[in-house]
Formats: sequence, structure tokens, C-alpha cells
Amino acid sequence: MTNYAFGRSNPSPAQARPVGFKPSALLATGLLVMSLALACLVLPSAGAVAQEQPAVANTVGTAPDGSKTHGGQEATKDDMGKYTMSDGTPTYRIAPDGTMDWFAYSGYRRYHAECHVCHGPDGMGSSYAPALANSLKTLSYEQFTEVVVNGKKTVGVGTADQVMPAFGENLNVMCYLDDLYVYLKARADGALDRTRPSKREDKTKAYGDNENQCFGRK
Amino acid sequence: MRKLACAALLLGVAVYAWPAAANDGLTKIIKDPKQWGIQTGDYANTRYSKLDQINAGNVGKMQVAWSFSTGVLRGHEGGPLVIGDVMYVHTPFPNIVYALDLNDDGKIIWKYEPKQDPNVIPVMCCDTVNRGLAFSDGMIYLHQADTTLVALDAKTGEKKWSVVNGDPKKGETNTATVMPVKDKVIVGISGGEFGVRCHVTAYDSKTGKQVWRGFSMGPDNEMLVDPQKTTALGKPIGPDSSLKSWEGDQWKIGGGCTWGWYSYDPETNLVYYGSGNPSTWNPKQRPGDNKWSMTIWARDADTGMAKWVYQMTPHDEWDYDGVNEMILTDQQFNGAPRKLLTHFDRNGFGYTLDRVTGELLVAEKYDPSVNWATKVDMDKASPTFGRPLVVAQYSTEQNGEDVNSKGICPAALGTKDQQPAAFSPKTNLFYVPTNHVCMDYEPFRVSYTAGQPYVGATLSMFPAPNSHGGMGNFIAWDNTKGKIVWSLKEPFSVWSGALATAGDVVFYGTLEGYLKAVDSKTGKELYKFKTPSGIIGNVTTYEHGGKQYIAVLSGVGGWAGIGLAAGLTDPNAGLGAVGGYAALSSYTNLGGQLTVFALPN
Ligand code: HEC
Repeated sequence: MTNYAFGRSNPSPAQARPVGFKPSALLATGLLVMSLALACLVLPSAGAVAQEQPAVANTVGTAPDGSKTHGGQEATKDDMGKYTMSDGTPTYRIAPDGTMDWFAYSGYRRYHAECHVCHGPDGMGSSYAPALANSLKTLSYEQFTEVVVNGKKTVGVGTADQVMPAFGENLNVMCYLDDLYVYLKARADGALDRTRPSKREDKTKAYGDNENQCFGRK
Repeated sequence: MRKLACAALLLGVAVYAWPAAANDGLTKIIKDPKQWGIQTGDYANTRYSKLDQINAGNVGKMQVAWSFSTGVLRGHEGGPLVIGDVMYVHTPFPNIVYALDLNDDGKIIWKYEPKQDPNVIPVMCCDTVNRGLAFSDGMIYLHQADTTLVALDAKTGEKKWSVVNGDPKKGETNTATVMPVKDKVIVGISGGEFGVRCHVTAYDSKTGKQVWRGFSMGPDNEMLVDPQKTTALGKPIGPDSSLKSWEGDQWKIGGGCTWGWYSYDPETNLVYYGSGNPSTWNPKQRPGDNKWSMTIWARDADTGMAKWVYQMTPHDEWDYDGVNEMILTDQQFNGAPRKLLTHFDRNGFGYTLDRVTGELLVAEKYDPSVNWATKVDMDKASPTFGRPLVVAQYSTEQNGEDVNSKGICPAALGTKDQQPAAFSPKTNLFYVPTNHVCMDYEPFRVSYTAGQPYVGATLSMFPAPNSHGGMGNFIAWDNTKGKIVWSLKEPFSVWSGALATAGDVVFYGTLEGYLKAVDSKTGKELYKFKTPSGIIGNVTTYEHGGKQYIAVLSGVGGWAGIGLAAGLTDPNAGLGAVGGYAALSSYTNLGGQLTVFALPN
């Protein structure tokens, strides 16, 4: 049976995942959510450790190499062109000459195809869905992926009902979860304004291969 | 029956003579200017009223007579119906219906609230609007967001029957009203952004039983076309006209949705409407003309059989849905009386056709900024007769996937969206609410999953460059010449349906919330009043107790509530150049209110 997002009364991460769908992106999401749960169990000591490290500013900053990243943290690039911080969270990276990473650019494109009809242009919000350029100031990477995979509902009496669809089965979103996150984080951090990113890194072959694999294309 | 009569007496309602004969009733109500029996004003969709108590000389004195809160804070499209002494008001999702007693300051006679799964909300692209109720033979028809069509007893609100027209799990939803014709109710469907293959269906108005269904694309028998008798531009369409214009099975998720307005001509017995965009928005994924998306359809009301079709935008590359209303008028054209059909398409062309034969008479731009095509080929001898001549620079097909085609006018929401125009037989002019917005459009490959959005393009929108900086105009149009007669600049898209009256006044609403009245000959502003929320509803008029009233729903939302709420910027204008009309949110807020106006006593 196909597991439609519509009409499911009690969504859980397991249910939301499409049947027979094995791209690395989504499996990684599942793993991340699980490891987050483990991390929560050992929270006290983790918190103690974190106190000794300098706090990372929740905004754009200048990294040691002169590029702009989240909090100015050093970011390492993988063969797909994705930048991650030391804790494994993806980030945007704008090179000193203004060149933006491929993921942020790709996220811009996907956002303005799949999300802007509700969340407004450039993550600015609409009359019926929140401004994600604000939400991402506080939402973690894990919280973001959780909402996009499973959806969210605030339905009451006398209010404008809010329903965020579950995109767990939608390859056009699932294959670009990190792209979307990186773009919206750049908007939330103020690293990107309301214009279309122009100078960007090129799409890598590894990215294209992964994309095809995610869609089950040859 | 006895119970109903008592209820009416108790409420002190002057009992309206409910007609017994099928459809006769609605036709009579439509002819009576005191009532407003159908969303579109009449079957011809003119949105013209013979009432003239409020006129160009005194409209400036108009005041608010009474108002009513719908209790829902979403985009409010459509408008109320007035049948006898009762006004019927609808809301966006959850689609509440109120019957209000006009003899008792709008006291609620009954209220009907359907139970719908809220999971339908996110399946509706662009807000949960609903364009209103319909009436015939003592029944109020509500077409819910989840595609359930319900017939309610107009006196009591009691449910008589209901039928389900589509499946929201597959992305099939509804925003439109329905059109009662004779003993049938004509019903459309939405879902073009979810890969739905859309159709028009006629249900028996007594029982809800399906009578006919014609798809926008697919095999001839499913579209209800006759290869020999159904014509396009005067020639038979031939066998498999649709299947031949698609690659493989793409037509099965082909779109062509039918969520616009419907008109009907009793003389030809034809129902007229337009079909929407082909799915996906990435033209590369669907080679061919994609027939019969983006098409004006003329179908026999009894059988559904198509008499003629005309495809305005073959192989759409910009999401220029063809669903806008078809306005039927009898006018002089080139010195001879003609039965005309006038249509303001999303693609920016105003079309005038002969509605009996489907002959194309006029196709001209109704916004000078329209640039994606130079013109529509009007040369009958040309192999491209009737087709738009596309400008390569703005062709997202020719530029290809992953290429951003810049500065295309109009934007995907069209030079006009569903917000209906009006026609005055006194001036022979059409009054058209328009968008003045352009876009960048970048198509890319997408995969299809049932019930999930199937879009395939990134777009960004901005006010038309090198113009007045605003995002809308309100224009008067001569459909026989294809010319703008006058044009009023508006800071935001005009997303409200117009009303023209015998009082030489034209009314429309604005996104900031103004109800405006202008002179029908000159466009001169005669009156404005700011209602609590932006107006995307259509202006209605009726007479009660010897007094003429003007009514309109406020409640910003819909497509207009998306970008416009946040403000649109021109990416080419450089940083910070947001302009004077940035965010709609600094002018108005969510709302849900009916405001009724009249002259002071
Ligand atoms: C059909 C409309 C719709 C679409 C399309 C949509 N969203 Fe949402 N989204 C909503 C609504 C409504 C909410 C608020 C839900 C609530 O508060 O219960 C929301 C909430 C969210 C949140 C949580 C925000 C917060 O402040 O907690 C995130 C993250 C989000 N959406 C991401 C996305 C992304 C990414 C996309 C595109 C892939 C997307 N949404 C597409 C309607 C939509």
C-alpha cells in the first residue's frame, strides 16, 4: 500500500518514509534523528563540555580563511561541494570574492519551487505560513529536517489553520534537504539578502551522481 | 414541508415564492436585479447590474450600512448570494455557510459547517480560498475544499445530498464555485501543481448523480470530443488530437485544470470555460502542444460534447493557466451584430471570439508590458494561425532546463488571474482588474509522486520594470478593437472582481482593503473606503426594502497573500530598492469580513 501523506492522523518518522526508498540523504536523516536522541540522554556532561568551548555566534561570521560561514566557523568541503562544520551540520560558505557554495544556490532554486507558494519569496513568510528566514534563527538542523519530513499542524477553532505538509515521500524535496537547510540558514543568518545568488561554485560530478541515485535514475 | 413554512413564519421572513420548475427559478432570479443569484452576476458572466439608485452623482456619499465577521482568517474570494430576503455567505476552509436574514440586520438564520480533514489544506496550492456558493431550485450548493459537493436546503441548511468529485490524496482539491444549468450542476477541479488530469463534470441537481465528465486531455471518448464535429479555428480536430500532442504517458498526469469560472448561453446551449496549465512547469519534460490544456472549451450543456476548442498557449512554458472567465456579449463587430466571447487570459492577451463557431476575431495585449510573445498570428493562411509568436529570449523551453530566463512579462500569476472582469452594455467596455508583475523563470527536472507537488520551476517575481512601480492596474478595455481605453495605476495587483452598474459606476476592491468606485466612462475615482483587510473578493449589489446595497468580502490571502504580503523586489534594481510599495503587510492584516454599503437615508 502506498503511504500517502494525506489523511494520516498520527505521523511518525518511520511512517513518513517512503516504502522502498533508500537514498543516502534520507537514511542519513533517520540516523541523525536517532543519534540526536542518544545525545539527549547524555546531555548534562555534553553541556559541561560545551561550556569550555567559545560560544558560536548564531549569525554569519568570518572564518579563518576569510570566507563567510555560520558563526565564522571553519567549514570543510566534501566531494559533492557540501560544507560542514566540526559538529557535522551543513553550512553555507561565501568565499571572500562573493562566490557562494553550490548547496546554498541549489537550495535557493528548490525553495522557490517547492516552498515559496506557502512560505513566501526569499523565506519572507505569507499570510498563511511562517517566515522561514526567521524560523531558522532558532530551529536546529534536526528540527528543520523533522518538520520537513513529517509535517506540522496547528489546527484550532477561530484561527487560521496552519498545516505544513509532510514531504517525506517527495523526492523533489527529500533529495535536497541539505540544500534547503543551507540556503535558509544563510537567509536567517543574514549572509544572503533577498536577491538571487549570482556567483556560485559549479555543480560537481559527485553531486550529480548522488542526485541521480536519490531519484533512482541511471 | 410544514416545518419549513413554520420556521419561515417564526423568523418573520417574507416568504419567497420558491419556484417549482427546474432551472426556471435561477433564470428568473438572475433577471431580477434586486437579487444576486449567481456568483458571476449572470450566466454571461458580465457582472453588470441594472440597479442605478447608487450612481456616479451620489456614490461619493455612500456609507457602511452593516458588516459581518465570517470568523475565518484566510483569503476570502467570491462573494455573497442574495435570494429573496436571505443573503448566503461562505468562508474559505473550513467552508462555513451562513444564511443571513436581510429583514433582521443580517441575523443568522442557519449555519452549516462541514467536517473536512485539515490535511487538505496543504494540498491546496496557494491558500484555502473558495469562490462561493451557487443556488438553484431551493438548494444552495457548496463545493468544499476536499471536492465534496453538498446540496443544502436553502431555507434550513439541511443537507439533501452530497457527492465526492475528486481525491485530495492524489492532489485533487477545489477552490471554485459550481454553475447550475437546467437540471445539472457543472463542476470543475484543481490540482495542476500535483499532476492531476483535470476534468469538468455535470451532476444531476436533484440527486447528485454523475451525468457526464469530460477530461482536458487523453483519448477522444474521455475528453468528450468528436474528431469530425468538434472544431478548432474552424477545422475538425481529427482523431487523437490530444494524445498526439504529448510524449508517452505524460498526459495521464497532464493538468489542464478547471478551477475558473463557467458561463452558459441558453441559445447555443453551450457551457464555456478555460483549462489550466499542463503539468509540470518544466516544459522540457512534456514535448508537444499538450492539448487541450490552456484551451477555451465550448461544451454542450446536456451531453458535455465539445463543439469547439481553441488553445491559446500551446506547450505552455510560463504557467499561464487558461481558466479565466469567458464573458458573453451580443455586440456590433465590424458593423455587424455578433455573438461574442471575451476572455482576458493569464498570458496577457485579451481574446474576442465568435462564441457560436469559435472563430478568432481579436487577440491583443491588455498590458503593454507583455513581452513573451510579439503577437498572436491572425493570418488565416499562415501555418501558425491562432498561435502566439514566442520571443526566443523569454522562451523557457528554448533556453532549456537549469537556465534562468529573465524579465518575462507577465509573471506566472498572469496579467489577470481568476479575479473576474465586468462588462457594461451602456459603455460597451470591459472593466478588468490586472496584475502588473514580471518574473524570472528557471525550469528543472522533477519526479512525480501521487499527492505531492509536481512543479519543476523556480520563479521570482517583481513589479513590471520601467513602469509606474506598482504591481497592478485597473483598466477599461474595448474588446472589438483590442485597445485599452483608460488605465488606473494601483500599488498592488487588483485581485478583486469588478462590478459595473446602470448607475455608471464601476466598483472594485484593492489589496490594501479599499473598496473603490470609479466613473464607468472616465475612470475618475468617485469614492473609496478602507475595509479591515485586503480585498480579494468580488463586488456584489442587490436591492432590499427599496434600497440598493453594495457588498464585498475582505480577507487578504490567496496567491496575492504570498509574495505580496512580504513585498516583491526587483532583483535588477539593485540592493535595497524595494520601492514605495514594499510590503502589503504594512497596509493591512488578515481578516474575514463582509462590508455592506448604501446611501444614507
Ligand atoms: C502548503 C503550504 C506549505 C508548503 C508548500 C511548505 N510549508 Fe512549511 N509550513 C507550512 C505551515 C502552515 C507551517 C506552520 C505549521 C505550524 O505552525 O503548525 C510550516 C512550517 C514549517 C517549518 C517550521 C517553522 C517553525 O517556525 O517552526 C519549516 C522548517 C518548514 N515549514 C519548512 C518548509 C520547507 C523547507 C518547505 C519546502 C520544501 C515547506 N515548508 C513547504 C506550510 C507549508
